[in-house]
Amino acid sequence: MDAAPQTPLPRPLGLLAELTHRCPLACPYCSNPLRLDAREDELDTETWARVFREAAALGVLQVHLSGGEPAARRDIVELTAAAHDAGLYTNLITSGVGVASERFAALSDAGLDHVQVSIQDSEPESADRIAGYRGAFARKNALAAEVIRHGIPLTVNAVMHRANIDHIEAMVDLALALGAGRVEIAHVQYYGWALKNRDRLMPTREQVERAVATVEALRARHHGRIVIDAVVPDYYARLPKACVGGWGRRSLNVTPSGKVLPCHAAETIPGLVFWNVRAHSLADIWQNAPAFNAFRGEDWMQEPCRTCPKRGEDFGGCRCQALALTGDARAADPVCHLSPHHSRLAELVLEREDAAYDYRR
Amino acid sequence: MNDTAPRSLSPDARPRLPRGVRLVHNEAQGGWLLLAPERVFKPDPIAVEIVKRCTGTATLAEIVDDLAATFNAPRERVMADVTALLSGLADKKLLEP
Repeated sequence: MDAAPQTPLPRPLGLLAELTHRCPLACPYCSNPLRLDAREDELDTETWARVFREAAALGVLQVHLSGGEPAARRDIVELTAAAHDAGLYTNLITSGVGVASERFAALSDAGLDHVQVSIQDSEPESADRIAGYRGAFARKNALAAEVIRHGIPLTVNAVMHRANIDHIEAMVDLALALGAGRVEIAHVQYYGWALKNRDRLMPTREQVERAVATVEALRARHHGRIVIDAVVPDYYARLPKACVGGWGRRSLNVTPSGKVLPCHAAETIPGLVFWNVRAHSLADIWQNAPAFNAFRGEDWMQEPCRTCPKRGEDFGGCRCQALALTGDARAADPVCHLSPHHSRLAELVLEREDAAYDYRR
Repeated sequence: MNDTAPRSLSPDARPRLPRGVRLVHNEAQGGWLLLAPERVFKPDPIAVEIVKRCTGTATLAEIVDDLAATFNAPRERVMADVTALLSGLADKKLLEP
C-alpha cells in the first residue's frame, strides 16, 4: 500500500455488513439512516464475497451480518458461507421475523457461529406495538428455539427506552428461558430514527437509576448462567464512550449499496466523503478514504479534548452525537461533563411526550 | 441462587471451548485471540497455552501434568493457575468445564 501515514494504522477487528435495509419491523429507534437504500441498489452476492475476503486480509476477525433484516436477502446462506470461507467469525443479527426455520439448518451448515436476536419487551402485546409488527414476539421466540436446537450460541439484544426499561428483570428472565448465553441491555442511542422519536423514547432519571441497580442485582443472581452486558445510557452519563473504539481504529461498516462508513451513523455528518466497495478495495478505503481520515489522530480535536489526559482513551466520544447536539462534529461529545454543552442534556431528557411513535417505514 | 464462588473443576473434567468460541492466531492482529459472541479477547501467553489444551479430549489433570512438565513448574501452582483461569472463562460462557 502506498502513501502510508506517519504512524502505522491499527487494523480493524469487526465488519458490520448491512446486507439490506429491508425489514419487516418498524422499530422507532432503528439505527438505519432516515433515507434507506433501495433493493435495486444492494450489492450482489459476488461483491459481498469479495468484501469478506478483503476484510479478512485486512485483519478483520468478526463479521456482523446485519441490516435491516439480513434474512430478507435470498442469498443469506451463500453470504454466510462466503464469510465463513473467508475465515471470518460469522454473527447473524436478526429481527427473528422472516427467517424460515428450515433455513436454519442451512445457515448452521454454512458455518454460522452466533446469532443475536432483538427483543422489544417481555410481553407480546407491548413488544409487538414497539416493533410495529403484530406477531413479532411469537416469531422471535420460535426463532430463538430454532437457534438453540441447532446448538448455535444466542445473544438477546434488549433495546431499552421509556416504555420497557422497567421490565429489565422480566426481559433477562425471558433471555434465560430462550436459552441465551448473553443478553445485551442496549439503551437506545439517539441518531436517525431514534432522534426523531427521542421525546417518546427517553427514560426518566428515576428509571435509569433503578435500571442500573436492577442490572447489578441480576448480574449477581445469574452469575455464570448468563452474561449481562450493559452501560449507562448516554444522556445520563458523565463520561463519553470511546465510540466504535475510536474513529477508523477498530471497525468499519458497509452499507447495502456498498458505501464504507467508520460507524453506522457517519452519514449524518455533512461534508464527509465516503468511498464505495464497487470502486475501491477495502484496504484502500481503510487507509485512504477521506471519511476514515477525518477524525483519526488528534489534530481535529478542540478544547477540552485537545489537552485532555483521557483523549487517547475515549477519543472525544461520539462524533455523530457531538454533531447532533452541538452542531459541530469536532466538538467534545456533550456526554462529557467537561463539555460546555453538557448541561443541555439535563434539559433534553425532560423533553418527553407520550405520543405515538414515528415508525420506521 | 448466587454462585459467585469459583467453580470447583473436577480433575476428570475434559474442558473445551463451546461452539461460538474460537482461539485463533492472526498475524495482522499481532498474535493469539479468543473470539467469542460479539467479543474479542487478547489472552496472555500463559492463558494461550492453557486454552490450546482445552480440546475436550484431555482431562484437567492431564492438562496440568502436561503444562507442569512443559514449563518445568510446580504442579500445585499450575493447578491453581489453570483452575482460576478456566473457572473465570466458564463464568463468561467462554468454556465448557
